[in-house]
Amino acid sequence: MEALLLSRWQFAITTIYHFLFVPLTLGLSIWVALLETCSVTTKRPHWRDTSRQLVRFFGTLFLINFALGVVTGIVQEFHFGMNWSEYARFMGDIFGAPLALEALTAFFLESTFLGIWMFGWDKLSPKLHCACIWIVALGSNLSAFWILVANSFMQHPVGYVIRNGRAEMDNFFALVTNPYVVGEYSHALCAGLSTTGILILAVSAWKYLHDEASRAAFATTLKAGAIFLAVGVLGVMGSGHMHTQYLAQANPMKLSSMEALWETEDPAPFAIVADINQAAQKNDFEITVPGVFSFMLYNKPTGEVKGINAVNREYEQKYGGGDYRPDVCGLFWTFRIMVASGGLMLLAALITGFLAWTNRLKLFPIWLKVLPFLLPLPFLANTSGWFVAEAGRQPWIVVGLQKTAAAVSPNLTGLDVWVTLIGFTLIYLVLIVIALRLACRHIRQTTVTYDLEGRDA
Amino acid sequence: MDYTVIWFILIVVLFTGFFFLEGFDYGVGTLMPFISKRDDERTAIIRTIGPVWDGNEVWMITAGGALFAAFPHVYATMFSAFYLALFLMLVALILRGVAFEFRAHTPCACGRQAWDAAICFGSAVPAFLWGVAVTDLLAGLPIGANMAYQGTFFDLLTPYSVLGGLTFLFVFGYHGAAFLTLRLKDAGLILRVQSLGLRMAACGTFAFVLWAVYTYQATTLFQSPLAAVLLAGAGLFFVMSGLSFSIAKGKASFMLTSLSIVCTTVAVFAGLFPRLMVSSLNPAWSLTIANASSSPYTLSIMTVAALVLVPIVLIYQGWCWYIFRKRVGIGDEEKH
Repeated sequence: MEALLLSRWQFAITTIYHFLFVPLTLGLSIWVALLETCSVTTKRPHWRDTSRQLVRFFGTLFLINFALGVVTGIVQEFHFGMNWSEYARFMGDIFGAPLALEALTAFFLESTFLGIWMFGWDKLSPKLHCACIWIVALGSNLSAFWILVANSFMQHPVGYVIRNGRAEMDNFFALVTNPYVVGEYSHALCAGLSTTGILILAVSAWKYLHDEASRAAFATTLKAGAIFLAVGVLGVMGSGHMHTQYLAQANPMKLSSMEALWETEDPAPFAIVADINQAAQKNDFEITVPGVFSFMLYNKPTGEVKGINAVNREYEQKYGGGDYRPDVCGLFWTFRIMVASGGLMLLAALITGFLAWTNRLKLFPIWLKVLPFLLPLPFLANTSGWFVAEAGRQPWIVVGLQKTAAAVSPNLTGLDVWVTLIGFTLIYLVLIVIALRLACRHIRQTTVTYDLEGRDA
Repeated sequence: MDYTVIWFILIVVLFTGFFFLEGFDYGVGTLMPFISKRDDERTAIIRTIGPVWDGNEVWMITAGGALFAAFPHVYATMFSAFYLALFLMLVALILRGVAFEFRAHTPCACGRQAWDAAICFGSAVPAFLWGVAVTDLLAGLPIGANMAYQGTFFDLLTPYSVLGGLTFLFVFGYHGAAFLTLRLKDAGLILRVQSLGLRMAACGTFAFVLWAVYTYQATTLFQSPLAAVLLAGAGLFFVMSGLSFSIAKGKASFMLTSLSIVCTTVAVFAGLFPRLMVSSLNPAWSLTIANASSSPYTLSIMTVAALVLVPIVLIYQGWCWYIFRKRVGIGDEEKH
């Protein structure tokens, strides 16, 4: 029992940590590739020089981040066998395939071409060199696809049969076209762009204020970063909205838990705040807006939404007696944190975009001072989002097929997992401190010049 | 051919690629601090594997992923059985992976030396642990009827498996030295690599022979004629490699040690076939390609994917080697 609980903690901690870096890898690879494309295609010599310096500037941040993303990713791959061997036995026929394909199609691609990109500056033509970073971006974003195919199966199993005491794949095509993956993948990609967008703005604002020599260059990245961020956040919101509507049929338990809707209602209200009482399966106190929950799901002010308790009764009939309710309080609040962070990020994109594109940055230095403090927002949103996704499928490890409690490796003792849990946590803490210090030092000390006089020469 | 046999072969191919490629990466990382105390020389040594080590490590990740996809029970039993050993390996790989990158961004000498130590530790520990793991697989582990591991961490460490670990450490160390003589430019540095490499070759030969004798005693590997021939060949190639290394024939010695590693890997799997994990409690409880595999449908999909993708990977990794074919000199920093 202890090994189970600790294994869950370990997986949660290492996954959340891993996903601090993944969105930046997804987004920064594209951002650096765009900058390098500027430098090879522009006809203006000064911008060519500046964009090349910007590639080095953001490229270094990308590399520091990428290193941590890779090494923490290996831990996740090993975890399925180390801590969750019964899961691997029951699901391996399905789950192993996307994981192996991720390695074959994506990991080889990104690692090999990143190596060429890092060391090939004077060995390749500029265009070929630029192509390499695009391939890295492709590989990274492809790897996200495969792992989300695997995750989508856990949330919403398709294309399988239960045979020989395990789940066996009977339709690979159904697995990769799982409707669930469309929402997850688009949401994750756009989250990558948003996270990167905030990073670009935060770093650029700091450089704009504190580094006179680099000001012109980072005024440019503030403009571009605002667009990058706006595209990302709008995409996150659109895909999130679409996916939530889809949840109404795919996983009503998770959906109603996100909104703390205990009983079925038509029209269903939207709770802005709620004092959730999981034991009594009701809200002790709530402020609601009538009909809005139904409206968000069905685009009209009416429509029945199943309550948590009703879904639980359905599950009891289907899977036998028990409590199938996830941590409603956790889901309710993390969902709100995610949405609120997203809203603030959109606001940041609009304000920065307006100030930068109308050349008013100098008039509002206070806004530039605020921007670096927004850096935690996307990380808060990403972490909350994954909490909703993963805690929302509990008590299942694969919804409807296997419970988390049945998935843990039987040979592990509590002591085993204590050792590794403490070990990983400590190493991860030390490494993030070091990485942040290296990144800050790089940001402080690297100057990017932009000769505005010669701009149109 | 049966899909399970094809996948057994593909697993062998992936592990062979992994041991061949990461073998010299681990060797270079392990030897690096002992070859030179000077920062610029260490930088040159690291640069010989700088562009490729990450791509090489993906061979291991792919081998793990392929085990998961094709033989989920083996993946489940092996990874949970080696729990604490794998934790150690992960710690080593984490430190090594970030050290390669962070070293370049660390200005102070003491910081860089700490990363160098991390690279050495992070290369030597996985090399040793893979030797232990391979030996444990050959010797068999207490696996029960339910396919679950019934031993503890300390059951993994026997004199035989520790010997296997040392063998891998020395062989990979030597493999790395042979690699470095082909990749470095500076003659003085190569000389030091050679003297260190010779010692590795001597220790490696001694350990390998002992390990092979122990294997003959403790396992059924030699009952397979193919495995017996390959293992004998591997030993022979290793000795020949060491001899050609002593007369400074760089290319020949690297090719021979590569051949030796390939033969050893194939020999181990040939000795196991059709088993992948041996139960020391009851032969009937061993995990084989029949009772541990995925369904024919999954294997058919994965076969197509692997047969299409692996050649493509080989082509672009080959291109990468072609780009960085020139020897690395001291102070050959990037011109940005």
